[in-house]
Amino acid sequence: MSEKVLMKGNEALAEAALRAGCDCFFGYPITPQTEVAAYMARRMPKVGGVYLQAESEIAAINMIYGASAAGARVLTSSSSPGISLKSEGISYLAGADLPAVIINVQRGGPGLGGIQPSQADYWQATRAMGHGDFHVTVLAPSTVQEMCDLVALAFDLADRYRTQVMILADGLLGQMMEPVVLPEPAGADARADKPWALTGTGGVRPGNVANSLCLVADNLEARNVERFRRYEVIRDSEQRAETYLVDDAETVIVAFGACARVAKSAIDTLRRDGVAVGLIRPITLWPWPADAINAVLDGGVVRRMLSVEMSMGQMIDDVKLTVNGRIPVDFFGRSGGVVPTPAEVEGAVRRLVDAGDGAPAAAGVTAGVAAHNANNGKEA
Amino acid sequence: MGRPGGLTDKPFSYCPGCTHGIVHRLVAESLDELELTGRTIGVVPVGCSVTAYEFFNCDMAQAAHGRAPAVATGIKRARPDNIVFAYQGDGDLAAIGTAETVHAAARGEQITVIFINNAIYGMTGGQMAPTSLPAQITQTSPYGRDPQVAGYPLRVVEMLSTLDGVALAQRVTVDGPRNIRAAKRAIKKAFEYQRDGVGYSIIEVVSTCPTNWGLSPAAALDWLRQNMLPYYPPGVYRDVVADGHADIAQAAAARRAELAEQATGNASAGQPARRGGGDAA
Repeated sequence: MSEKVLMKGNEALAEAALRAGCDCFFGYPITPQTEVAAYMARRMPKVGGVYLQAESEIAAINMIYGASAAGARVLTSSSSPGISLKSEGISYLAGADLPAVIINVQRGGPGLGGIQPSQADYWQATRAMGHGDFHVTVLAPSTVQEMCDLVALAFDLADRYRTQVMILADGLLGQMMEPVVLPEPAGADARADKPWALTGTGGVRPGNVANSLCLVADNLEARNVERFRRYEVIRDSEQRAETYLVDDAETVIVAFGACARVAKSAIDTLRRDGVAVGLIRPITLWPWPADAINAVLDGGVVRRMLSVEMSMGQMIDDVKLTVNGRIPVDFFGRSGGVVPTPAEVEGAVRRLVDAGDGAPAAAGVTAGVAAHNANNGKEA
Repeated sequence: MGRPGGLTDKPFSYCPGCTHGIVHRLVAESLDELELTGRTIGVVPVGCSVTAYEFFNCDMAQAAHGRAPAVATGIKRARPDNIVFAYQGDGDLAAIGTAETVHAAARGEQITVIFINNAIYGMTGGQMAPTSLPAQITQTSPYGRDPQVAGYPLRVVEMLSTLDGVALAQRVTVDGPRNIRAAKRAIKKAFEYQRDGVGYSIIEVVSTCPTNWGLSPAAALDWLRQNMLPYYPPGVYRDVVADGHADIAQAAAARRAELAEQATGNASAGQPARRGGGDAA
C-alpha cells in the first residue's frame, strides 16, 4: 500500500480526508480550492458519505456546525475570501466546542484580491479567526504529501480537543502535482466517542445541547477558561516544526508552506557557497512552535533570523515575540500572489550576512518588494 | 393539564401574552403524539426563543442568527433517520437568514420549520422586522414603516410555496382555541410529512409581541386579528399530498411536465414560450 501516486495537492488532501473517515463535506466553489469540492462530489456518494454544495460559505460552515453537533467527522474547504465569510460560523463552532476541519487554500488579498498563491491569511488564522476568546489549531503543509498527512492529524486533533483545526495551505500547494503515498484508511476504532453529540435522546437520557450562548458572564468566563486549559495542553503537546541545517547556522530562515520550499532551495545554494544558513519550518502555526525556535536560539550559534513569507509580513510577529529581542529579526516577502524565487531569498540572506550584526540590511515589511525592484534595476 | 413530555419542566421565560409558549407546546405535543420526541433534534434561532433549547425535552442546537436551516441541514444530512426542526422568528428567518431559508426549501430538505411571525424584533427591544406592516411604528420605524423607504413586508409562505422542494407551506395563527387547534393540526402534519419523507415543510404562525407592540395581551390579539391576519392570511399555500402527489419529487415532475406541455402548446400556436411580456410588445 506504500506505492506512490501522482496527485494534485487539493485532490490528495480530499482523498486523505476520505481515508481519515470524513463523513460530511459542505462547501462552495472558489478558486484555487475547487478541486477539493469536486473530488468530494465525485467520491462521497460512492462511499456513503455526504457531499452538499451549499448556497454560500456562510451556509456551508453552518451545515458543518449542524453535522458536527450530530457527531459526524466534518470538513469544509475554501479560499481566503470564503474563509472570511466562514469566520462567524467558526466562532460559533469554537463557542460550542464542536470539532471541525477547515481548509484554507490561500490566495492573495485583501478583498477579492487575486487567485495566485498567498500566505496573507496568517494573522486571520492564528489571531482572529472570528470574534471572541478562541484559537483554531492551524496546520501548514509544505508538500503534497503533507497535504495528505496533516488531514488525519487534523481530524484527530479536532476530536481529541473538541476544537477547530485549519489546514492553511496556499494556491501553490493546492494546484501542484507531486508523488504521494496515500495514508491507510483509519479504522473505526480511531473514531472518538462523542457522548455529547445530538443523536436523539431515545427517551433514555436528558437532551444534549450544542450551544455557544451563555448569558451569565461568570459562566461564560468559566467556559472560556476551560477552553483555554485545553489550548494549554495543545500548546504543550502539539507544536510541530521541521528544522533544516540549523545546528551551525548563523542565519536562520523561518518560513512555512510553499515559502519553506523556496527557502530550502535558497539554503542549498547558499550552503554550497559556505554561507551558514538554515531553516525552521513551522508545521503548526498555532500552536506556534516556540520550542523549536527557542531550541535554535539556545544553541547559541544563530545571529539573526529572517522571516520569509508570501505576505507583507505577518508571521514575523510571532518570530519576534519568541526571539524577544535576543537577536535581530528581519523580513523578506512578496505579496499579492507573487511567489518569491529562490534567488530572491538567497539575495535577502546575502544582504543580511554582508551587513553583519546590528545593521539589518532589509528592514521593514516592504523589504521584499524593495529588494525585488532593486534586483530588477527599478526604483524601490 | 400538565406539560407534555416533549417539554422540560423549566418555566418559560417569555413575556406575558407572548405566543411562543403556545407554539412550543404545540410542537412538543405533536412530537409526543407521533412518538418522535426521542428521535428529534431541534434547532433554535437568535431572538426571543434563543434559549428554547432549555424548554424542549430533546436534543437541541443553538444556531447563529438566521442560520438555523443550514444547521438543520447539516444535522439531517448527517443523521437522516432523526427528525429535525428549526424554530425561527421573522428577523432570523426572513431577514438575515433569507438565503438559508430559501435554499433549504429549494433543496427539499427533510426538515420542519416553525416560523414565528410577530412583525417585530422582540429580543432586541422592538425594531422593524422584514414582516413589519406598512405604517407600523417600531423603535426603528418611529414614524411608521414607510414602504417608500423601507420597502414591503415579506409574505414568506407565499414566496416559498413556489418552490418545488416544499411539501407543505401553511400559515396559521394562535389567537384562540379554534385556531390553536388548527395550528396544532398543521404542525403535526408537517412532522408527519418529515417522518414520511414527503419533503420540506414550513408552518408560519402569526404571533403577537405585546411587550414591543405596547399592548396588553388581549389587545395584542385584537391587533393581530385586525392588522396581521388581513396582510398575512392563514391558509395552506402548498400541500403536495393534498394535490395528489406522494412527495416533492412527484409534484416537481408533474409541474415540469405541465410547464413543458404549455411550452409546446405555446410554441405550436406561435406564442412566446415564456409567460408574460409578450402582450405588451
